[in-house]
Amino acid sequence: MAARTPNFEISHAAFRQLPKLVGVLAVTLLAIAARPASKQSGALLKEHYLSPIEMAFSPAGHVLYVVCQDSDEVRVVDADSAKVVGSIHVGHVPRGIALSPDARRLYVTNAWSDTVSVIDTTSREVVQTLPTGFEPTGVVADKSGATLYVANRLSSDISVIDLTSGQEIKRLLAGRGASYLALSPDGKWIYCTHIYPNPGAIRSEPDSEITVIDTSTRRVVDRKPLHNVAGLFHVASSADGKLVAVAQLRPKNLIPLAHVEHGAVFGDSLTLFGDDVGSPVQIPVDELDRYYALPWGVAITPDKSKIFLTTAGSQSVTAIDVPQLLKTVRARRQPFANDLSASAEYVTARIPVGHNPRGLALSPDGKRLYVANRLDDTLSVIDARTEKVTSTIDLGGPKNVDALRRGERLFYTADFSFQGQFGCANCHLDATIDGLEWDLEPDGFGKDIVDNRSLENLAGTEPFKWNGGNPDMPTECGPRTEKFFFRSQSFTQQQLTDLVTFVYSLPYRPNRYRLANGELTPAQERGKSIFERTATKRGAAISEANQCTYCHSGPKYTNQKEIDAGTGKLTDRSPVIDVPQLPNVAYSAPYLHDGSAKSLEEIWTVYNPKDTHGVTNDLTKDELNDLIEYLKTL
Amino acid sequence: MKTKSWFALALLVTASLAAAQDMPMFRWENFTTANGLPDNHVYSVLVDGNRIWVGTDNGLGVYENGMWKTFRPNPDLKEHSLAHQAVLSLALDKNTGDVWAGTMGGLSRISAGRIDTYTQLNSGLSNDIVYGVGVQGDYVWTATAAGASRLNTHTGQWSLYNAFNTPMYEIWTYSVSPAEDKVYYAVWGGGVLEYDQKTERWKDYNDPDGETEMVVMKDQGLIHEITTSVSYVDKILWVATYFGASRYDGRYWHNFLQKDSGLPSNFLNQIKGIDADRAWFSTDKGLAYYDGTNWAVYRPALDTHKPEMLVRDATGNEKKIAVQSAPSHNYILGVDFQGDDLWVATAHGLSHGIRQKSSAAVAKVVSSGKK
Repeated sequence: MAARTPNFEISHAAFRQLPKLVGVLAVTLLAIAARPASKQSGALLKEHYLSPIEMAFSPAGHVLYVVCQDSDEVRVVDADSAKVVGSIHVGHVPRGIALSPDARRLYVTNAWSDTVSVIDTTSREVVQTLPTGFEPTGVVADKSGATLYVANRLSSDISVIDLTSGQEIKRLLAGRGASYLALSPDGKWIYCTHIYPNPGAIRSEPDSEITVIDTSTRRVVDRKPLHNVAGLFHVASSADGKLVAVAQLRPKNLIPLAHVEHGAVFGDSLTLFGDDVGSPVQIPVDELDRYYALPWGVAITPDKSKIFLTTAGSQSVTAIDVPQLLKTVRARRQPFANDLSASAEYVTARIPVGHNPRGLALSPDGKRLYVANRLDDTLSVIDARTEKVTSTIDLGGPKNVDALRRGERLFYTADFSFQGQFGCANCHLDATIDGLEWDLEPDGFGKDIVDNRSLENLAGTEPFKWNGGNPDMPTECGPRTEKFFFRSQSFTQQQLTDLVTFVYSLPYRPNRYRLANGELTPAQERGKSIFERTATKRGAAISEANQCTYCHSGPKYTNQKEIDAGTGKLTDRSPVIDVPQLPNVAYSAPYLHDGSAKSLEEIWTVYNPKDTHGVTNDLTKDELNDLIEYLKTL
Repeated sequence: MKTKSWFALALLVTASLAAAQDMPMFRWENFTTANGLPDNHVYSVLVDGNRIWVGTDNGLGVYENGMWKTFRPNPDLKEHSLAHQAVLSLALDKNTGDVWAGTMGGLSRISAGRIDTYTQLNSGLSNDIVYGVGVQGDYVWTATAAGASRLNTHTGQWSLYNAFNTPMYEIWTYSVSPAEDKVYYAVWGGGVLEYDQKTERWKDYNDPDGETEMVVMKDQGLIHEITTSVSYVDKILWVATYFGASRYDGRYWHNFLQKDSGLPSNFLNQIKGIDADRAWFSTDKGLAYYDGTNWAVYRPALDTHKPEMLVRDATGNEKKIAVQSAPSHNYILGVDFQGDDLWVATAHGLSHGIRQKSSAAVAKVVSSGKK
């Protein structure tokens, strides 16, 4: 009797599942291999990089002050010898810099300390620390040196500080994510940009503004509307004040992202305004088959012959011939921001520089352009006439490029996307959000709309995507991003590991709603009780699954599951949504998976009619306000 | 004896003439929809330098350089347009220049042309019917149909004040007057509430004996609990009610009634103090001014509708002054000051009172007598 042979026959149905199984296995293996470096090799040796981001020249052009974001300092560079000659320690995460009109004081914003460090340029010491709004970024002194203006990114306003008393005398309403400032040469106006779009109706084109302050009244007197713009960065004025240029992004978030090959994701551009051009006009800097991602820093030469623009995602500086640009602008009768053939008329050079070039500074004579290569710890020096890099100044950062820095470079570069159109940082501006709702899936217009989610401290919040479709970060950053979003070359295994390492390293920003002593205010305490309650006000038990703390549990306030909380829309393929983490939720409006709730309040006042997203309809307005005050502290 | 009587009469006449000559006189220019006003029913008016903001039943109007501009809700812009077309109250943030508009559908902030709207759905605002609004420092205070709200413009935090955490037994707040030390609310049917900025405590002012809605003995307390407006100036609280007005200096109350003052009516929509002694009263029977001693009333005559100015001195002697113009209607809802000029919201139009500098020269008494 022959031994019975085991039946290895594979059923037809199982055979059909084989590719899927193999795919799952491959992704799982990749996920294991591409876990963050720290998890693979124990303690990660973290280099202490400088990350130069902004600069200011002394009036005579001999000294260059460089804000170093990651080392919390200003490095002082002797421009003549191209050597670092000093260092001044400032607050946490410095981001902006300005000189007083008499050049005796240097003002540096400390984004995570909510302060401005006032530095004596002679002694090179911090002599005063001024309080500001949330996340101060751009800074400028008025022409008299009596008043300091600070753009606060998180509170979306502008602190007006009296420099005699050191007191903030008022806050002016700016655009959402107020960030960069410029003083007009005659000292009459201050222009302010903002990196997130102003709140608008869902599924509408984003709108932004250039906020104009009259320095004589210290009031906002104009808001120049910018349609279809989200993400405004540096603003610079020509010496005669007749031409002002603003670096900006034109996102195409209403179109399904499947159309990368048609350039339907981002337009990189400038807005120009002033007497030379009249009303604001938007001009493209991209080419028909090549993009120059993340336009960030802008400088106009003193003779107004050229505009230089850093493109932070393309490791380059774009040079623009101003007379030719003005000729094009005046010749065109219709808006041409989307006509990528136009840039050939005025772009004269794309100058390769270091990784993630940000701020730039022209020497006072306009002959040399300095570019802060944030992820190289260097400055590129460009001859403004020949448009060539003549030297690179080493600011003295670590020479080793570790996994975090490699990952950060990958996060900011657009090199991996088709035609260099965009990188991770296009949507996650400065590794945060963009305030937009995107139509990502190739399922038709207006379906499965998703809000951009925070990247802060993501470990332990898996899975990712609003439908929970990506089990881990390697899947999210790997197949999801490189293939579907970028439509171009894939990351290597090492690159994916580095990118994941960087993304997982992003910390929480300071929470401004918690008291310094760690206690809760009475309103926050009441809100906490509501968040943790198990019964309605009438004493009826709330089912466990409908208690706030069921889904929003654990250290990140997510149970890492997908649930139907009744927030799905008719345009969603499924109402089952990934439970989002809640820390720093105050910073990430709009809310819900599709960004339909413009405020925390609307989550419950508008989108929870049947008490399916927690029981809230028995709450008074006071109690709902308390709940929200508590949520802001998480 | 006869000589003494004549002397007394002469003094009285002289005093009356002096009163007439000292009271401000105006040339009134009136605006209606015929010359650009968004709507003839004007609830509120706010002077912002050379710009006049006007809250009407159908839109927010701005008058500047002889031109009108109107803001109304825009369904496409939703919370980035005016909250509601009926604009009940207005306040200026003198620091930033932003204007806050309380409407029948929420609170709107107008800042250099940009409008941001706060409602009970998208924010912590207690109720969408915003009868009153005031700005003090970083805070915006609102009087709504469901209590008081305070917005911290720096942090975005809303604080609500109502029956749960104040002595507010009625939550229909009608008007707010914030200052550095105190914030006062007129609570319709609930008297006056006082918030101490330092101690963060609330105190109420109501019928002193607690048995009726009104003060029984004159000057012993708030004249009536159905309050419509408060104005806190120079540490003096002025209160308007539907049954007279009151002045409170922190220790003593003084009540004003039609029967024993120059008020043309006990029905008041608004009161606005200039300082500790002087105030303007918006009534259903004309606009009244009190200079601490004498009274003046400006209105179209109730019977003939012809321009009318009445002056009443401390002795109760009343005179009618010949005038060529008057506010566009006797039903007055609010007033604001532009230097010596006045802007007046009425039930039928907006009126600009242009101060005539030489009152003594133009004051012509056409009749006189005891009230």
